[in-house]
Amino acid sequence: MNLDSKDIEKIAHLARLTIDKANIPTYIKNLNNILNLVEKINANDTRDIMPMSHPIDTNQRLREDEISEIDQRENFQTIAPQTKNGVYLVPQVIKLNTP
Amino acid sequence: MNNYTLSELSKSLHNGNLSSVELTQYYLDLIKIHNGRLNAFITVNEENAMIQAQVADQRLQQGTAGILTGIPIAHKDIFCTKGVRTSCASKMLDKFIAPYDATIVEKINAAGMVTLGKTNMDEFAMGSSNETSFYGKVRNPWNTSHVPGGSSGGSAAAVAAGLTPIATGTDTGGSIRQPASLCNLTGLKPTYGRISRYGMIAFASSLDQAGPMAKNARDAAMLLNTMAGFDRRDSTSVNCNVPDYTANLDESIEGLTIGLPKEYFDDALDNDIATTIENAIKIYESIGAIIKEVALPNTKLAIPTYYIIAPAECSSNLSRMDGVRFGHRCEDPKDLTDLYERSRGEGFGEEVKRRIMIGTYALSAGYYDTYYLKAQQCRHLISNDFQQVFNDVNVIMCPTTPTTAFKFGEKMNDPVSMYLADIYTISANLAGLPSISIPANFLNNLPIGMQIIGNYFDESYLLNIANRYQQITAWHQKIPNTYG
Repeated sequence: MNLDSKDIEKIAHLARLTIDKANIPTYIKNLNNILNLVEKINANDTRDIMPMSHPIDTNQRLREDEISEIDQRENFQTIAPQTKNGVYLVPQVIKLNTP
Repeated sequence: MNNYTLSELSKSLHNGNLSSVELTQYYLDLIKIHNGRLNAFITVNEENAMIQAQVADQRLQQGTAGILTGIPIAHKDIFCTKGVRTSCASKMLDKFIAPYDATIVEKINAAGMVTLGKTNMDEFAMGSSNETSFYGKVRNPWNTSHVPGGSSGGSAAAVAAGLTPIATGTDTGGSIRQPASLCNLTGLKPTYGRISRYGMIAFASSLDQAGPMAKNARDAAMLLNTMAGFDRRDSTSVNCNVPDYTANLDESIEGLTIGLPKEYFDDALDNDIATTIENAIKIYESIGAIIKEVALPNTKLAIPTYYIIAPAECSSNLSRMDGVRFGHRCEDPKDLTDLYERSRGEGFGEEVKRRIMIGTYALSAGYYDTYYLKAQQCRHLISNDFQQVFNDVNVIMCPTTPTTAFKFGEKMNDPVSMYLADIYTISANLAGLPSISIPANFLNNLPIGMQIIGNYFDESYLLNIANRYQQITAWHQKIPNTYG
């Protein structure tokens, strides 16, 4: 597998990252080197091997359904880039249809 | 003072020979002198430290002090500290004031320790040289033109230079053990789940684990006593008994069976490092250990497996840095996509972007089975190898790093060569096993570490084995010249 500049731009968009166009050749080189390294896993036969997603084999813990967190909205929003009336502000997503 | 152990400091504080205020001031003064050169701290919190020291002195006078009360500590800047900037060495979080404390910070505060500040690191813990920090590289106190290792490079440099008696670190692929090795420290990565990850900014959630970075095994055990334990706020925290890690430090290790994995001692291993480990093994033999050659046949899969799993998990974890709720936000976003893409593009450094992109690619439609699923299967093979070996031996000994501290810039332009710096440490993270690095030799005045990997929850045993070695050898007592 060899990534080209189109792949790099696509991956950057999927990852929601702007990357400097001038750096694309470096990304191509480095990401392909990394992929060449990781593709060594394909040399091994892993049929019938269970995937290991977690080092300690435990079940998801259950707890009593009781309140454990208090409302800290104001506290958390003091570090937000932009808020208004208790909500986080982002550029408009839905366009209003004006008649 | 740089040679004082935590036990000695604790004794002086308890018998009134020394106050926490005096001790804290001593370290703050040293940080002022040396941090400009070493760049080990991102944030020094003098005012907070002095308040904590005064409270500690009151506890000491009232007789309500614990063994660690009044002793200063530094936290890797990956741990949330309430009201104090927690940057993860990233522009993304340059202005992030944590709204809460990480569980380990809470516990360490409750023990009465004094936080001197937050230490430098590789950005979001991604790196092995501390060169990826937004705040600039950290210098190795043993030779300031060499790297201190990473990602917990600031913690390592700070302890080695005596700017703090002990520090916290985190280890995802070697980030405690590798800098400990390069800076002549004792660094322990406990079993996955032993220490709460709550409030520790996540890199790769199935691999990340916090631990102590200390001058010796006893100090590490003392801090581990405070750090370890179940936390309901971390869903992967393991609810099992926390022993007193200092209780068995002096026990005999007669009959200990040490496994030497032949795959780690191949022709590629540096001669001086091989000799270092051989000499250490001889010392263990002289105090009753039995040596066995063992096989970890899937060792060659560790790096490729890690560099799929870690980036995949990082791409998911770092998606929360989107410029909306906290962290860096770009100027005048024209729409939501632009807000995400530019905030992240401006906030993250090159290595972080690279890993997010590799992870995004590995998890993207059509590639999941080829990369992520396959890597998880390989992870199982690696883990099985260890369990097989632990049927025959108690611990595994091997090098911590393939070389001593390398020079700045040596590996920065070639990510793959940097990744290979973690060749001996990564497997323990993939398997979730505890592992410790201890000082074992010097080459051209640069430290060489040795790694001891144990079975799940064998921290106590590892610390005992490390401590027995430190009772016979003096490598761990060596201090870099300028910082004596």
